[in-house]
Amino acid sequence: MTDNALRELYQEVILDHSRHPRHYGTMDHASHKAEGYNPLCGDKVTVYLKLDTDGRVGDIAFEGKGCAISQASASMMTDMLKGRTAKEAEKLMQGFLHLVKGEDASDLPEDDRERLEVMGGISEFPMRVKCATLAWHTYKNAVEEGAT
Amino acid sequence: MNAPQKITASFDAEKARADFEILSRTVYGKPLVYLDSGASAQKPRVVLDTMRDFAQSEYANVHRGVHFLSAAATDRYEAARRTVQAFLNSAREDEIIFTKCATEAINLVSYSYLAPLIQPGDEIVLTVMEHHSNIVPWHFLRERAGAVLKWVDVRDDGSLDIEALDAAITSRTKLVAVTHMSNVLGTVTPLKDIITRAHARGVPVLADGCQGAVHEKVDVQALDVDFYVVTGHKLYGPTGIGALYAKRAHLKGMRPFNGGGEMIREVMKDRIIYADAPARFEAGTPPIIETVGLATALDYLSGFDRAAVAAHEHDLLTYAREQLRQFNWLRVIGDAPGKGAIISFEADGMHAHDLATILDREGVAVRAGHHCAQVLMERFNVASTSRASFALYNTRADVDALVAGLSKARGILT
Repeated sequence: MTDNALRELYQEVILDHSRHPRHYGTMDHASHKAEGYNPLCGDKVTVYLKLDTDGRVGDIAFEGKGCAISQASASMMTDMLKGRTAKEAEKLMQGFLHLVKGEDASDLPEDDRERLEVMGGISEFPMRVKCATLAWHTYKNAVEEGAT
Repeated sequence: MNAPQKITASFDAEKARADFEILSRTVYGKPLVYLDSGASAQKPRVVLDTMRDFAQSEYANVHRGVHFLSAAATDRYEAARRTVQAFLNSAREDEIIFTKCATEAINLVSYSYLAPLIQPGDEIVLTVMEHHSNIVPWHFLRERAGAVLKWVDVRDDGSLDIEALDAAITSRTKLVAVTHMSNVLGTVTPLKDIITRAHARGVPVLADGCQGAVHEKVDVQALDVDFYVVTGHKLYGPTGIGALYAKRAHLKGMRPFNGGGEMIREVMKDRIIYADAPARFEAGTPPIIETVGLATALDYLSGFDRAAVAAHEHDLLTYAREQLRQFNWLRVIGDAPGKGAIISFEADGMHAHDLATILDREGVAVRAGHHCAQVLMERFNVASTSRASFALYNTRADVDALVAGLSKARGILT
């Protein structure tokens, strides 16, 4: 039981994202940027965005140090947000937040839910939810207050 | 793994364990292995029972009433002060100030003692291994009064470079603030030597005894320390109660900290006459029940042969250190000679929080993070570490569980 929860949390997809994070690094000429910080563990993440004039995520990158969960979550986020409209991105984020807290995420589109389901194991580890949400909150901060 | 418990002549850890009911519980179906006493220690039954009994039979506010219970509670409260006095071997009971924790005690010294003495450019010497509670109050004086913080480095093994500390003291130094024992490295500082050298230059010393007082006997008179702070909850006592020892000579000149009831002699419309120490620094109704709990915890600890307890903890440390050597992917941070029973480490490819999560599911409670010591994390170029800290109730079996958990984490994460 316990082991299952751990294997679920640290499944291969997550470990792969954490070891080989996608869209990792700084971004020249980002239109938006924000830094996120988890005072509990000292983890830091910076999210860079190039938002199109209509708010669509033209490009996205992140860099930072952190645990496997926070790194994997940031990496998956960049994969999934790229190309989304502002409205789609918001919906994705809300669905993700529901998912990791073990709440109803059925309003997520089917294929998004399938991709994000690997993060669902975190709901069994309430102390770690903040690790998973750090990058997403930082993304939102970048959009709302991070115009460069 | 086969690990017979080493029983020292006069301390039996298995017997002591029975005093701590929480240690017999399970988490996630596994026996609890509590290796986070450096953050907060568990409380023996006698502390919890005494607090409840006191609240049920002798409780009232202190120093206020003439009625029976107020007198009884005041007696217990002041008896607790004498218990702390004896525990630290201070010469006078009015040199013991009750605070809510060590953090408050250090803030008290910063505000009441040091702040009025600081001119812009005056210096405070501290080490890079201080806990934030022995850093931030001095940063306040940097921000507000122009004090300069002078940092003393540690060597790569985590030991304090006493010559570097000596060299950091100048004619502008107003205080040396140093830990007795690092909460991350386990390093025990040469307090007596530090104090002798500082005093030779006319500089007072504050020692943070949060960890140190738990693991070895403290004698503030022999040390000749100016200020020594402790917190109850790391000493097997309750939260919400700590103590400051301060030399009488310093207390006499110190301005009050908080203002309110208890700390005055006379309040008039246009002036106030303050009470003498310790009351001057204990405004408001104190945590009375917790103070009684603290005294009980100190009596409990003092009831053991402290040297035998220290030998037991040292055995755990040595055993853990040997066991961890088998992992070539693990780096222990802090190997100072004579260090106390704390082991911090980082593991290749495994973040401290992931490690702690997996250990937790094995029932093993360790601390992961920066341990409120970010200056030290920077010194060793790590963002966070995992830390196992040992108390009198830990055994070699606890070390074995840690080692097994680490192997398992390695299997899952890499």
